[in-house]
Amino acid sequence: MTKQEWLAQKYPKQEERLRRFSTISDMEVAPLYTPEDTNGRDYERDIGFPGEYPFTRGVYPSMYRGKLWTMRQFAGFGTPEDTNRRFKFLLAEGQNGLSTAFDMPVLMGYDADHPRALGEVGREGVAVSTLDDMERLFDGIPLDKVTTSMTVNCTASILLAMYFAVAEKQGVPLHKVGGTIQNDMLKEYIAQKEWICPPEPAVRIVTDMIEFCTKEAPRWHPVSISGYHIREAGSTAVQELAFTLADGIAYVQAAIERGLNVDDFAPRLSFFFNLHNDFFEEIAKLRAARRMWAKIMRERFGAKNPRSWLLRTHAQTAGASLTAQQPLNNIVRVAIQALAGVLGGVQSLHTNSMDETLALPTEQAVMVALRTQQIIAEESGVANIIDPLGGSWAVEALTDRMEKEAFAYINRIDELGGMIRAIEIGYPQKEIADAAYRYQQQLDAGEKVIVGVNKYVVPEEQPIEILKIDPEVERRQVERVRKIKRERNQALVKEKLGRVHAACRNGENLMPVLIDAVKAYCTLGEIADVYRDVFGVYRDPAWL
Amino acid sequence: MSDQKVLRILIAKAGLDGHDRGAKIIARALRDAGFEVIYTGLHQTPEMIAEAAVQEDVDAVGLSILSGAHMTLFPAVIEALKRRGADDITVFGGGIIPQDDIPLLKQTGVKEIFTPGVSTQTIVAWIREHVRPRAEVSSDA
Repeated sequence: MTKQEWLAQKYPKQEERLRRFSTISDMEVAPLYTPEDTNGRDYERDIGFPGEYPFTRGVYPSMYRGKLWTMRQFAGFGTPEDTNRRFKFLLAEGQNGLSTAFDMPVLMGYDADHPRALGEVGREGVAVSTLDDMERLFDGIPLDKVTTSMTVNCTASILLAMYFAVAEKQGVPLHKVGGTIQNDMLKEYIAQKEWICPPEPAVRIVTDMIEFCTKEAPRWHPVSISGYHIREAGSTAVQELAFTLADGIAYVQAAIERGLNVDDFAPRLSFFFNLHNDFFEEIAKLRAARRMWAKIMRERFGAKNPRSWLLRTHAQTAGASLTAQQPLNNIVRVAIQALAGVLGGVQSLHTNSMDETLALPTEQAVMVALRTQQIIAEESGVANIIDPLGGSWAVEALTDRMEKEAFAYINRIDELGGMIRAIEIGYPQKEIADAAYRYQQQLDAGEKVIVGVNKYVVPEEQPIEILKIDPEVERRQVERVRKIKRERNQALVKEKLGRVHAACRNGENLMPVLIDAVKAYCTLGEIADVYRDVFGVYRDPAWL
Repeated sequence: MSDQKVLRILIAKAGLDGHDRGAKIIARALRDAGFEVIYTGLHQTPEMIAEAAVQEDVDAVGLSILSGAHMTLFPAVIEALKRRGADDITVFGGGIIPQDDIPLLKQTGVKEIFTPGVSTQTIVAWIREHVRPRAEVSSDA
């Protein structure tokens, strides 16, 4: 009997409890997958062993039997001292890498004392305006002993300059400094929408950072190509996969055009994906991502070094999937999402806290989130077998389908002239907005379920404890940045900002100049103003 | 006559964050429900929002804030509308806003706050019930 015959003759379609079965991304799934769904697939060529091209089963031969993924909880709020305490707490609880959240003024290039920062200082992350703040943030944390991830984009060049300057002050040479800076500007225009200048100069700055790190800080990942925010903005899983890899293609292209050898920088590119609720879809997405990137690097860019072919990725559970209603349910969602990440073979993982739809997480909520990873790692046994779902007809078929549909998007973007051009005409933005609206309509119609929100609703709820940011934080940070601005060597500041201005114009690599400028206590906002002045300010097209 | 007027709604993104998924979904849902909708785009200051509300002669402003700055930005928008003599424009909003803050926001003049999980139909129904066309004030001068 073939699958078609079985479906036609034996499968009781009329008994199905739903009109159609689809993933959260609205991809329809079959009732059953069989060997027929993976016909024509050759194990070594198309799936391969872990650590072997095309890396469907994982980037390393031993995967989690060798080393578990890095448990990296994103943290940042209030003053640098507040966040420094949270970092030390997380390190003491067994976390092995730091991950820094900056506040909105940092993410948009304003100092704490700027009028546009009013009400936002230290709210969604830690407030940093000068090198002095950065020194307080990493006080007592030796930068050659931890790796740090920094989530910042349009001002990434400035924050990285500050981080390198702190390392220098600690006596740590740059070649020993390890970590990641998000620095993925293309997904900002597509999804997260924090920017200063337009895409072209933004990609030039990213390329400066890739070039500088390749030569001077080889343990640093200068860009983390991110689908996370694309998904949070409401994309489907396929769109997340496709637009992320298309962004990666654009950065590789830019660095090659700069004259870099692909194999010199490609091994330092890393990725960041979302982990949403639909379990098999997410696992398939991660498996497809590895295989696609390997093909892109080897076949499209001619990379020869096998390390250039590897898609190594951080992942975070989906913030947008959490609910303010019955927030304890979020612990379960996060556990399922994190499990998908582990079964999908990620290198590093952040698990969200149950209270994040209400405010930044409390210490207790963060602890449960971290413990969730530790339970998966050390109790469930899932980390003991490499890619245990490999060979599942359903998972392999979904992996193939994700790859096929994502390559169709990438081809479309190539036809449009590449990702920068696609962004300028609003192509990925519109695709995402359409998908987000479609999902909302399905929710409103009850076709998609969110437990506690549109089904199993309870009328009254006990509020849970949430983290409050003291309004004093803003006053203190404003005072601090004003004091630094008063007391520094003004002539030196003027000279250094002039150097930044010149480097922006003449095309020399910005990084050495920025490191010099922040050491003279030029502020984040002042340097961002130079960018605004030289490159202009990007305006959101604001279509619906 | 006033019953016939199609309500004009400004959907505004205040603050520095770029979370516009909700704002865009609400804007589309209101448009599909038959309202005239204007969307400001991102990163608007309270002054820019009040100015747009007056220029566009809207009946209501829906503010979307997910940056935690709602206690600063909502009152600032209401204040900026007042200064323009436009405090009869209904202000409502949504975003990541803790329950404890909602009564305080209502005291400052925000008519309603919608928190995550509210359906678009609920918001449409609320607007139909609570937003009235602005009185024909002597704005021609």
